[in-house]
Amino acid sequence: MIHFVLHDAHDSVAVVVVEGVKAGMALKGWIMDEDRMVDIQARQDIPIGHKVALKDMSPGDTVIKYGIDMGKVVAPIRMGEHAHVHNIKTKRW
Amino acid sequence: MSIISKDTTFLGYRRENGRVGVRNLVIILPLDDLSNAAAEAVAHNIKGALAIPHPYGRLQFGADLDLHFRTLIGTGCNPNVAAVVVIGIEDGWTQKVVDGIKTTGKPVVGFGIEQHGDHDTIMRASKAAREYVQWASEKQREACAIHELWVSTKCGESDTTSGCGSNPSVGNAFDKLHGLGSTLCFGETTEITGGENIVAARCANDAVRERFMFMFDRYQDVINRHKTSDLSDSQPTKGNIAGGLTTIEEKALGNIQKIGKKCTVDGVLDKAEMPTHPGLWFMDSSSAAAEMVTLCAASGYAVHFFPTGQGNVIGNPILPVIKICANPRTVRTMSEHVDVDVTGLLQRELTLDQAGDKLLECMLRTANGRLTAAEALGHREFVLTRLYESA
Repeated sequence: MIHFVLHDAHDSVAVVVVEGVKAGMALKGWIMDEDRMVDIQARQDIPIGHKVALKDMSPGDTVIKYGIDMGKVVAPIRMGEHAHVHNIKTKRW
Repeated sequence: MSIISKDTTFLGYRRENGRVGVRNLVIILPLDDLSNAAAEAVAHNIKGALAIPHPYGRLQFGADLDLHFRTLIGTGCNPNVAAVVVIGIEDGWTQKVVDGIKTTGKPVVGFGIEQHGDHDTIMRASKAAREYVQWASEKQREACAIHELWVSTKCGESDTTSGCGSNPSVGNAFDKLHGLGSTLCFGETTEITGGENIVAARCANDAVRERFMFMFDRYQDVINRHKTSDLSDSQPTKGNIAGGLTTIEEKALGNIQKIGKKCTVDGVLDKAEMPTHPGLWFMDSSSAAAEMVTLCAASGYAVHFFPTGQGNVIGNPILPVIKICANPRTVRTMSEHVDVDVTGLLQRELTLDQAGDKLLECMLRTANGRLTAAEALGHREFVLTRLYESA
Protein backbone atom coordinates (compact mmCIF):
# COMPACT_ATOMS: atom_id res chain seq x y z
CA MET A 1 0.00 0.00 0.00
CA ILE A 2 1.32 3.43 -0.98
CA HIS A 3 -0.10 6.15 1.31
CA PHE A 4 1.57 9.16 -0.29
CA VAL A 5 3.61 10.06 -3.37
CA LEU A 6 6.18 12.74 -4.12
CA HIS A 7 7.81 13.66 -7.39
CA ASP A 8 11.31 14.72 -6.41
CA ALA A 9 13.41 13.51 -3.47
CA HIS A 10 13.93 17.16 -2.42
CA ASP A 11 10.20 17.94 -2.19
CA SER A 12 9.13 19.30 1.22
CA VAL A 13 5.53 18.13 0.80
CA ALA A 14 3.92 14.97 -0.60
CA VAL A 15 0.41 13.97 -1.74
CA VAL A 16 -1.74 11.54 0.25
CA VAL A 17 -3.28 9.13 -2.30
CA VAL A 18 -5.50 6.99 -0.07
CA GLU A 19 -8.57 7.70 2.03
CA GLY A 20 -8.53 7.40 5.81
CA VAL A 21 -5.09 8.72 6.84
CA LYS A 22 -5.34 9.41 10.61
CA ALA A 23 -2.99 11.07 13.12
CA GLY A 24 -0.38 8.61 14.36
CA MET A 25 -0.49 6.31 11.35
CA ALA A 26 2.79 5.08 9.88
CA LEU A 27 2.74 6.06 6.21
CA LYS A 28 4.62 4.60 3.28
CA GLY A 29 5.56 7.00 0.48
CA TRP A 30 6.82 6.56 -3.06
CA ILE A 31 9.35 8.95 -4.63
CA MET A 32 8.17 8.72 -8.22
CA ASP A 33 11.25 10.16 -9.95
CA GLU A 34 13.60 7.73 -8.17
CA ASP A 35 11.19 4.79 -7.71
CA ARG A 36 12.18 4.57 -4.05
CA MET A 37 10.10 4.27 -0.85
CA VAL A 38 10.19 6.50 2.25
CA ASP A 39 8.43 6.32 5.64
CA ILE A 40 6.84 9.03 7.74
CA GLN A 41 4.39 9.25 10.63
CA ALA A 42 1.22 11.32 10.22
CA ARG A 43 0.72 13.87 13.02
CA GLN A 44 -2.77 14.87 11.85
CA ASP A 45 -5.68 13.42 9.88
CA ILE A 46 -5.07 14.17 6.18
CA PRO A 47 -7.75 13.77 3.48
CA ILE A 48 -7.00 12.04 0.18
CA GLY A 49 -5.33 14.43 -2.26
CA HIS A 50 -4.09 16.74 0.49
CA LYS A 51 -0.44 17.16 1.38
CA VAL A 52 1.69 15.88 4.24
CA ALA A 53 4.77 17.88 5.26
CA LEU A 54 8.02 15.93 4.92
CA LYS A 55 10.06 18.31 7.11
CA ASP A 56 9.63 21.06 9.70
CA MET A 57 9.10 24.45 8.05
CA SER A 58 8.91 28.05 9.31
CA PRO A 59 7.04 31.12 7.99
CA GLY A 60 8.86 32.55 4.99
CA ASP A 61 10.29 29.20 3.91
CA THR A 62 9.76 28.14 0.29
CA VAL A 63 7.69 25.00 -0.24
CA ILE A 64 9.13 22.60 -2.82
CA LYS A 65 7.02 20.22 -4.92
CA TYR A 66 8.00 18.71 -8.30
CA GLY A 67 11.45 19.93 -7.20
CA ILE A 68 10.19 23.49 -7.78
CA ASP A 69 8.95 26.50 -5.74
CA MET A 70 5.17 26.17 -5.17
CA GLY A 71 4.67 28.96 -2.63
CA LYS A 72 5.64 30.21 0.84
CA VAL A 73 5.01 29.01 4.38
CA VAL A 74 2.77 31.40 6.38
CA ALA A 75 2.38 29.41 9.63
CA PRO A 76 4.76 26.88 11.23
CA ILE A 77 4.47 23.33 9.87
CA ARG A 78 5.93 20.23 11.52
CA MET A 79 6.89 17.04 9.71
CA GLY A 80 3.84 14.79 9.35
CA GLU A 81 1.32 17.65 9.57
CA HIS A 82 -1.34 18.63 7.04
CA ALA A 83 0.16 21.22 4.65
CA HIS A 84 -2.48 23.32 2.87
CA VAL A 85 -4.06 26.79 2.53
CA HIS A 86 -3.94 27.38 6.33
CA ASN A 87 -0.12 27.31 6.34
CA ILE A 88 0.96 27.85 2.67
CA LYS A 89 0.19 30.75 0.27
CA THR A 90 1.07 31.70 -3.30
CA LYS A 91 3.98 34.06 -4.03
CA ARG A 92 2.12 35.39 -7.07
CA TRP A 93 -0.73 37.86 -7.61
CA MET B 1 7.09 -0.17 -27.38
CA SER B 2 3.94 1.94 -27.55
CA ILE B 3 0.60 0.64 -28.80
CA ILE B 4 0.77 3.27 -31.55
CA SER B 5 3.24 3.62 -34.42
CA LYS B 6 3.30 5.58 -37.67
CA ASP B 7 1.36 2.70 -39.28
CA THR B 8 -1.54 2.94 -36.80
CA THR B 9 -4.83 3.91 -38.40
CA PHE B 10 -8.29 4.86 -37.19
CA LEU B 11 -11.64 5.06 -38.97
CA GLY B 12 -12.49 8.68 -39.64
CA TYR B 13 -14.54 10.86 -41.96
CA ARG B 14 -12.39 12.57 -44.56
CA ARG B 15 -13.82 16.01 -45.37
CA GLU B 16 -13.73 18.03 -48.60
CA ASN B 17 -10.58 19.92 -47.49
CA GLY B 18 -8.69 16.75 -46.51
CA ARG B 19 -9.11 17.17 -42.74
CA VAL B 20 -10.32 14.09 -40.84
CA GLY B 21 -13.17 14.04 -38.34
CA VAL B 22 -14.37 11.34 -35.95
CA ARG B 23 -18.02 12.42 -35.77
CA ASN B 24 -20.42 13.16 -38.61
CA LEU B 25 -22.58 15.97 -37.27
CA VAL B 26 -25.02 18.30 -38.98
CA ILE B 27 -25.16 21.39 -36.78
CA ILE B 28 -27.67 24.23 -36.59
CA LEU B 29 -25.49 27.16 -35.58
CA PRO B 30 -27.07 30.37 -34.27
CA LEU B 31 -25.17 33.56 -35.01
CA ASP B 32 -26.64 35.20 -31.91
CA ASP B 33 -28.80 34.71 -28.81
CA LEU B 34 -31.96 35.76 -30.70
CA SER B 35 -31.63 32.85 -33.11
CA ASN B 36 -31.42 30.07 -30.53
CA ALA B 37 -35.17 29.40 -30.59
CA ALA B 38 -35.27 28.92 -34.36
CA ALA B 39 -32.12 26.78 -34.31
CA GLU B 40 -33.55 24.55 -31.59
CA ALA B 41 -36.86 24.26 -33.46
CA VAL B 42 -35.02 23.10 -36.59
CA ALA B 43 -33.06 20.52 -34.60
CA HIS B 44 -36.35 19.35 -33.10
CA ASN B 45 -37.90 18.97 -36.57
CA ILE B 46 -34.98 17.18 -38.18
CA LYS B 47 -33.76 14.05 -36.43
CA GLY B 48 -29.99 13.88 -36.32
CA ALA B 49 -29.46 17.64 -36.54
CA LEU B 50 -27.84 19.27 -33.51
CA ALA B 51 -28.52 22.87 -32.40
CA ILE B 52 -25.67 24.66 -30.60
CA PRO B 53 -27.31 27.53 -28.68
CA HIS B 54 -25.24 30.25 -26.95
CA PRO B 55 -25.95 33.63 -25.33
CA TYR B 56 -23.88 36.10 -27.44
CA GLY B 57 -23.44 37.72 -30.84
CA ARG B 58 -25.07 41.14 -30.50
CA LEU B 59 -23.26 44.49 -30.48
CA GLN B 60 -19.86 42.98 -29.98
CA PHE B 61 -17.01 44.93 -31.56
CA GLY B 62 -13.28 44.93 -32.20
CA ALA B 63 -11.16 42.00 -31.03
CA ASP B 64 -14.12 40.55 -29.11
CA LEU B 65 -16.23 40.46 -32.27
CA ASP B 66 -13.34 38.96 -34.23
CA LEU B 67 -13.13 36.20 -31.63
CA HIS B 68 -16.89 35.61 -31.86
CA PHE B 69 -16.66 35.09 -35.61
CA ARG B 70 -13.48 33.02 -35.32
CA THR B 71 -15.13 30.72 -32.79
CA LEU B 72 -18.38 30.24 -34.76
CA ILE B 73 -16.63 29.82 -38.10
CA GLY B 74 -14.06 27.48 -36.56
CA THR B 75 -16.83 25.39 -35.01
CA GLY B 76 -18.48 25.03 -38.42
CA CYS B 77 -15.13 24.23 -40.07
CA ASN B 78 -14.28 21.48 -37.54
CA PRO B 79 -13.97 18.14 -39.38
CA ASN B 80 -16.31 16.45 -36.88
CA VAL B 81 -19.01 18.53 -38.59
CA ALA B 82 -20.35 17.31 -41.96
CA ALA B 83 -22.63 20.25 -42.80
CA VAL B 84 -23.89 23.46 -41.22
CA VAL B 85 -27.10 25.51 -41.18
CA VAL B 86 -26.45 29.02 -39.82
CA ILE B 87 -29.35 31.11 -38.49
CA GLY B 88 -28.96 34.78 -37.52
CA ILE B 89 -31.26 37.67 -36.77
CA GLU B 90 -30.06 39.49 -39.92
CA ASP B 91 -28.36 38.50 -43.15
CA GLY B 92 -25.03 40.37 -43.02
CA TRP B 93 -23.23 38.71 -40.14
CA THR B 94 -25.03 35.42 -40.89
CA GLN B 95 -23.49 35.42 -44.37
CA LYS B 96 -20.07 36.24 -42.91
CA VAL B 97 -20.19 32.99 -40.87
CA VAL B 98 -21.47 31.05 -43.90
CA ASP B 99 -18.64 32.41 -46.08
CA GLY B 100 -16.05 31.47 -43.46
CA ILE B 101 -17.27 27.89 -43.21
CA LYS B 102 -17.63 27.62 -47.00
CA THR B 103 -13.81 27.77 -47.39
CA THR B 104 -13.70 24.13 -46.23
CA GLY B 105 -15.90 23.07 -49.16
CA LYS B 106 -18.49 21.49 -46.86
CA PRO B 107 -22.22 22.16 -47.37
CA VAL B 108 -23.32 25.31 -45.50
CA VAL B 109 -26.26 27.69 -45.86
CA GLY B 110 -27.51 30.66 -43.82
CA PHE B 111 -30.92 32.11 -43.00
CA GLY B 112 -31.75 35.58 -41.63
CA ILE B 113 -34.85 35.93 -39.48
CA GLU B 114 -35.69 39.62 -40.08
CA GLN B 115 -38.53 40.18 -42.61
CA HIS B 116 -39.31 36.45 -42.45
CA GLY B 117 -40.09 35.66 -38.82
CA ASP B 118 -39.36 32.47 -36.93
CA HIS B 119 -42.00 30.31 -38.70
CA ASP B 120 -40.78 30.90 -42.22
CA THR B 121 -37.12 30.72 -41.17
CA ILE B 122 -37.64 27.45 -39.31
CA MET B 123 -39.43 25.99 -42.33
CA ARG B 124 -36.72 26.96 -44.83
CA ALA B 125 -33.86 25.99 -42.50
CA SER B 126 -35.54 22.66 -41.72
CA LYS B 127 -35.72 21.83 -45.43
CA ALA B 128 -31.98 22.49 -45.78
CA ALA B 129 -31.18 20.57 -42.58
CA ARG B 130 -33.22 17.57 -43.75
CA GLU B 131 -31.22 17.43 -47.00
CA TYR B 132 -27.91 17.75 -45.13
CA VAL B 133 -28.77 15.04 -42.58
CA GLN B 134 -29.72 12.55 -45.28
CA TRP B 135 -26.63 13.45 -47.32
CA ALA B 136 -24.34 13.09 -44.31
CA SER B 137 -25.89 9.77 -43.32
CA GLU B 138 -24.34 8.19 -46.42
CA LYS B 139 -20.79 9.26 -45.51
CA GLN B 140 -18.55 6.30 -44.71
CA ARG B 141 -15.65 6.05 -42.30
CA GLU B 142 -12.31 5.22 -43.90
CA ALA B 143 -8.87 4.24 -42.60
CA CYS B 144 -6.83 7.36 -41.78
CA ALA B 145 -3.25 7.72 -40.54
CA ILE B 146 -2.86 8.45 -36.85
CA HIS B 147 -1.08 11.77 -37.46
CA GLU B 148 -4.26 13.04 -39.14
CA LEU B 149 -6.07 13.01 -35.79
CA TRP B 150 -5.76 16.40 -34.07
CA VAL B 151 -5.74 16.07 -30.27
CA SER B 152 -6.19 18.82 -27.66
CA THR B 153 -5.95 18.73 -23.88
CA LYS B 154 -7.14 20.71 -20.88
CA CYS B 155 -7.65 19.52 -17.30
CA GLY B 156 -10.45 20.47 -14.92
CA GLU B 157 -11.52 20.23 -11.29
CA SER B 158 -7.91 19.28 -10.83
CA ASP B 159 -6.51 18.07 -7.57
CA THR B 160 -3.10 16.80 -6.55
CA THR B 161 -3.78 13.42 -8.19
CA SER B 162 -4.03 15.28 -11.53
CA GLY B 163 -0.41 16.40 -11.28
CA CYS B 164 0.81 12.96 -10.11
CA GLY B 165 -1.35 10.71 -12.27
CA SER B 166 -3.80 11.82 -14.94
CA ASN B 167 -1.82 14.79 -16.31
CA PRO B 168 1.47 12.84 -16.67
CA SER B 169 -0.56 10.12 -18.46
CA VAL B 170 -1.68 12.74 -21.00
CA GLY B 171 1.94 13.91 -21.20
CA ASN B 172 3.09 10.37 -21.96
CA ALA B 173 0.46 10.05 -24.71
CA PHE B 174 1.41 13.49 -26.09
CA ASP B 175 5.10 12.51 -26.19
CA LYS B 176 4.17 9.45 -28.26
CA LEU B 177 1.80 11.35 -30.59
CA HIS B 178 4.27 14.22 -31.04
CA GLY B 179 6.88 11.73 -32.22
CA LEU B 180 4.47 10.59 -34.96
CA GLY B 181 3.86 14.09 -36.31
CA SER B 182 0.46 14.75 -34.73
CA THR B 183 -1.11 18.17 -34.32
CA LEU B 184 -1.63 18.78 -30.59
CA CYS B 185 -2.76 21.62 -28.34
CA PHE B 186 -2.63 22.77 -24.71
CA GLY B 187 -3.37 26.16 -23.14
CA GLU B 188 -4.90 27.58 -19.91
CA THR B 189 -2.69 30.66 -19.77
CA THR B 190 -3.15 31.66 -16.11
CA GLU B 191 -2.69 28.07 -15.08
CA ILE B 192 0.91 28.17 -16.26
CA THR B 193 1.68 30.77 -13.54
CA GLY B 194 4.71 29.51 -11.62
CA GLY B 195 5.70 27.17 -14.44
CA GLU B 196 6.01 29.69 -17.29
CA ASN B 197 9.80 29.30 -17.39
CA ILE B 198 9.43 25.55 -17.84
CA VAL B 199 7.11 26.03 -20.82
CA ALA B 200 9.35 28.77 -22.24
CA ALA B 201 12.33 26.42 -22.02
CA ARG B 202 10.39 23.80 -23.99
CA CYS B 203 9.62 26.19 -26.88
CA ALA B 204 11.15 24.99 -30.15
CA ASN B 205 12.83 28.33 -30.96
CA ASP B 206 13.13 31.97 -29.87
CA ALA B 207 10.24 33.17 -32.03
CA VAL B 208 7.85 30.68 -30.41
CA ARG B 209 9.25 31.53 -26.94
CA GLU B 210 8.75 35.23 -27.50
CA ARG B 211 5.16 34.70 -28.68
CA PHE B 212 4.44 32.41 -25.70
CA MET B 213 5.77 34.97 -23.21
CA PHE B 214 3.75 37.71 -24.96
CA MET B 215 0.56 35.67 -24.46
CA PHE B 216 1.51 34.82 -20.87
CA ASP B 217 2.26 38.45 -19.94
CA ARG B 218 -0.88 39.69 -21.73
CA TYR B 219 -3.04 37.42 -19.54
CA GLN B 220 -1.13 38.40 -16.37
CA ASP B 221 -1.95 42.03 -17.21
CA VAL B 222 -5.66 41.14 -17.36
CA ILE B 223 -5.43 39.48 -13.92
CA ASN B 224 -3.49 42.36 -12.40
CA ARG B 225 -5.89 44.94 -13.86
CA HIS B 226 -9.05 43.29 -12.51
CA LYS B 227 -8.00 41.40 -9.39
CA THR B 228 -9.34 42.31 -5.95
CA SER B 229 -7.33 39.64 -4.09
CA ASP B 230 -4.59 37.07 -4.71
CA LEU B 231 -7.28 35.05 -6.59
CA SER B 232 -7.19 32.41 -3.87
CA ASP B 233 -10.98 32.00 -4.26
CA SER B 234 -10.82 31.60 -8.05
CA GLN B 235 -7.47 30.15 -9.13
CA PRO B 236 -7.05 27.57 -7.56
CA THR B 237 -10.84 27.04 -7.50
CA LYS B 238 -12.79 26.01 -4.42
CA GLY B 239 -12.94 22.52 -5.94
CA ASN B 240 -9.16 22.45 -6.46
CA ILE B 241 -8.61 23.48 -2.81
CA ALA B 242 -11.09 20.88 -1.54
CA GLY B 243 -9.05 18.38 -3.55
CA GLY B 244 -5.83 19.43 -1.84
CA LEU B 245 -4.28 21.96 -4.26
CA THR B 246 -2.95 24.93 -2.30
CA THR B 247 -1.42 27.54 -4.63
CA ILE B 248 -1.55 28.57 -8.29
CA GLU B 249 2.10 27.53 -8.62
CA GLU B 250 1.30 24.00 -7.44
CA LYS B 251 -1.67 23.83 -9.80
CA ALA B 252 0.46 25.09 -12.71
CA LEU B 253 3.27 22.61 -12.08
CA GLY B 254 0.64 19.85 -12.20
CA ASN B 255 -1.03 21.34 -15.27
CA ILE B 256 2.12 21.38 -17.38
CA GLN B 257 2.69 17.67 -16.78
CA LYS B 258 0.25 17.36 -19.71
CA ILE B 259 2.95 18.35 -22.20
CA GLY B 260 5.04 15.35 -21.28
CA LYS B 261 8.79 15.15 -21.04
CA LYS B 262 9.89 15.29 -24.68
CA CYS B 263 7.39 17.40 -26.69
CA THR B 264 8.64 20.75 -27.90
CA VAL B 265 6.17 23.63 -28.01
CA ASP B 266 6.15 24.25 -31.75
CA GLY B 267 3.75 27.16 -32.13
CA VAL B 268 1.47 29.61 -30.37
CA LEU B 269 -2.18 30.30 -31.20
CA ASP B 270 -4.42 33.16 -30.20
CA LYS B 271 -7.86 32.01 -29.03
CA ALA B 272 -9.64 29.85 -31.67
CA GLU B 273 -6.89 30.27 -34.25
CA MET B 274 -6.16 27.26 -36.45
CA PRO B 275 -2.75 25.55 -36.40
CA THR B 276 -0.82 25.82 -39.66
CA HIS B 277 1.53 22.85 -39.21
CA PRO B 278 1.89 19.70 -37.09
CA GLY B 279 3.40 19.79 -33.61
CA LEU B 280 2.36 20.90 -30.13
CA TRP B 281 0.63 24.29 -30.02
CA PHE B 282 0.09 26.50 -27.00
CA MET B 283 -3.24 28.32 -27.29
CA ASP B 284 -3.80 31.43 -25.20
CA SER B 285 -7.02 30.60 -23.39
CA SER B 286 -9.06 30.75 -20.24
CA SER B 287 -8.61 27.91 -17.77
CA ALA B 288 -12.40 27.54 -17.43
CA ALA B 289 -13.15 24.09 -18.84
CA ALA B 290 -16.01 24.77 -21.24
CA GLU B 291 -14.43 27.97 -22.60
CA MET B 292 -11.12 26.25 -23.33
CA VAL B 293 -12.66 23.10 -24.85
CA THR B 294 -14.96 25.24 -27.03
CA LEU B 295 -11.86 27.10 -28.29
CA CYS B 296 -10.08 23.79 -29.03
CA ALA B 297 -13.08 22.66 -31.07
CA ALA B 298 -13.05 25.97 -32.95
CA SER B 299 -9.33 25.52 -33.68
CA GLY B 300 -10.15 22.26 -35.45
CA TYR B 301 -9.24 19.61 -32.88
CA ALA B 302 -11.12 16.31 -33.28
CA VAL B 303 -10.53 14.53 -29.94
CA HIS B 304 -9.87 15.98 -26.47
CA PHE B 305 -8.01 14.57 -23.44
CA PHE B 306 -9.52 15.85 -20.19
CA PRO B 307 -7.78 14.80 -16.97
CA THR B 308 -9.80 15.43 -13.83
CA GLY B 309 -9.17 14.92 -10.14
CA GLN B 310 -12.31 15.92 -8.27
CA GLY B 311 -14.61 15.08 -11.18
CA ASN B 312 -15.37 17.75 -13.79
CA VAL B 313 -18.31 16.48 -15.91
CA ILE B 314 -17.77 18.66 -19.01
CA GLY B 315 -18.50 17.70 -22.62
CA ASN B 316 -18.74 19.58 -25.90
CA PRO B 317 -21.31 19.42 -28.71
CA ILE B 318 -18.80 18.63 -31.48
CA LEU B 319 -15.57 17.53 -29.75
CA PRO B 320 -15.51 14.15 -27.95
CA VAL B 321 -14.05 14.75 -24.48
CA ILE B 322 -12.20 11.74 -23.00
CA LYS B 323 -12.01 11.88 -19.17
CA ILE B 324 -9.02 10.38 -17.44
CA CYS B 325 -8.77 10.17 -13.65
CA ALA B 326 -6.21 8.99 -11.08
CA ASN B 327 -8.22 9.77 -7.93
CA PRO B 328 -9.66 6.51 -6.50
CA ARG B 329 -12.41 8.32 -4.58
CA THR B 330 -13.62 10.13 -7.73
CA VAL B 331 -13.49 6.95 -9.80
CA ARG B 332 -15.57 5.25 -7.09
CA THR B 333 -18.16 8.00 -6.68
CA MET B 334 -18.39 9.29 -10.29
CA SER B 335 -17.53 6.29 -12.45
CA GLU B 336 -20.14 7.18 -15.09
CA HIS B 337 -18.00 10.21 -16.04
CA VAL B 338 -14.63 8.45 -16.28
CA ASP B 339 -13.43 6.96 -19.59
CA VAL B 340 -9.91 6.02 -18.50
CA ASP B 341 -9.06 4.93 -14.94
CA VAL B 342 -5.36 5.39 -14.12
CA THR B 343 -5.65 5.06 -10.32
CA GLY B 344 -3.20 2.13 -10.56
CA LEU B 345 -0.48 4.66 -11.36
CA LEU B 346 -0.45 5.99 -7.80
CA GLN B 347 -0.24 2.49 -6.31
CA ARG B 348 2.66 1.57 -8.59
CA GLU B 349 0.44 -1.03 -10.27
CA LEU B 350 0.57 0.76 -13.62
CA THR B 351 3.64 2.36 -15.21
CA LEU B 352 3.40 5.78 -16.79
CA ASP B 353 3.98 4.15 -20.17
CA GLN B 354 1.07 1.78 -19.58
CA ALA B 355 -1.16 4.65 -18.42
CA GLY B 356 -0.32 6.64 -21.57
CA ASP B 357 -1.09 3.61 -23.73
CA LYS B 358 -4.39 3.07 -21.91
CA LEU B 359 -5.38 6.62 -22.84
CA LEU B 360 -4.22 6.17 -26.45
CA GLU B 361 -6.22 2.97 -26.74
CA CYS B 362 -9.33 4.83 -25.56
CA MET B 363 -8.48 7.64 -28.02
CA LEU B 364 -8.45 5.18 -30.95
CA ARG B 365 -11.73 3.59 -29.84
CA THR B 366 -13.27 7.04 -29.49
CA ALA B 367 -11.96 8.05 -32.91
CA ASN B 368 -13.44 4.87 -34.38
CA GLY B 369 -16.86 5.82 -33.04
CA ARG B 370 -17.16 4.81 -29.37
CA LEU B 371 -19.13 7.45 -27.48
CA THR B 372 -17.31 9.08 -24.56
CA ALA B 373 -18.94 9.23 -21.13
CA ALA B 374 -19.68 12.92 -21.71
CA GLU B 375 -21.34 12.18 -25.06
CA ALA B 376 -23.45 9.36 -23.63
CA LEU B 377 -24.51 11.62 -20.74
CA GLY B 378 -25.46 14.46 -23.10
CA HIS B 379 -22.85 17.00 -21.95
CA ARG B 380 -22.72 19.65 -24.69
CA GLU B 381 -21.25 22.69 -22.99
CA PHE B 382 -20.65 25.32 -25.68
CA VAL B 383 -19.26 28.45 -24.04
CA LEU B 384 -17.96 31.40 -26.02
CA THR B 385 -15.06 33.38 -24.56
CA ARG B 386 -15.76 37.11 -24.25
CA LEU B 387 -12.95 39.67 -24.03
CA TYR B 388 -15.01 42.65 -22.74
CA GLU B 389 -18.47 44.30 -22.67
CA SER B 390 -20.68 44.70 -25.75
CA ALA B 391 -21.09 48.18 -27.23
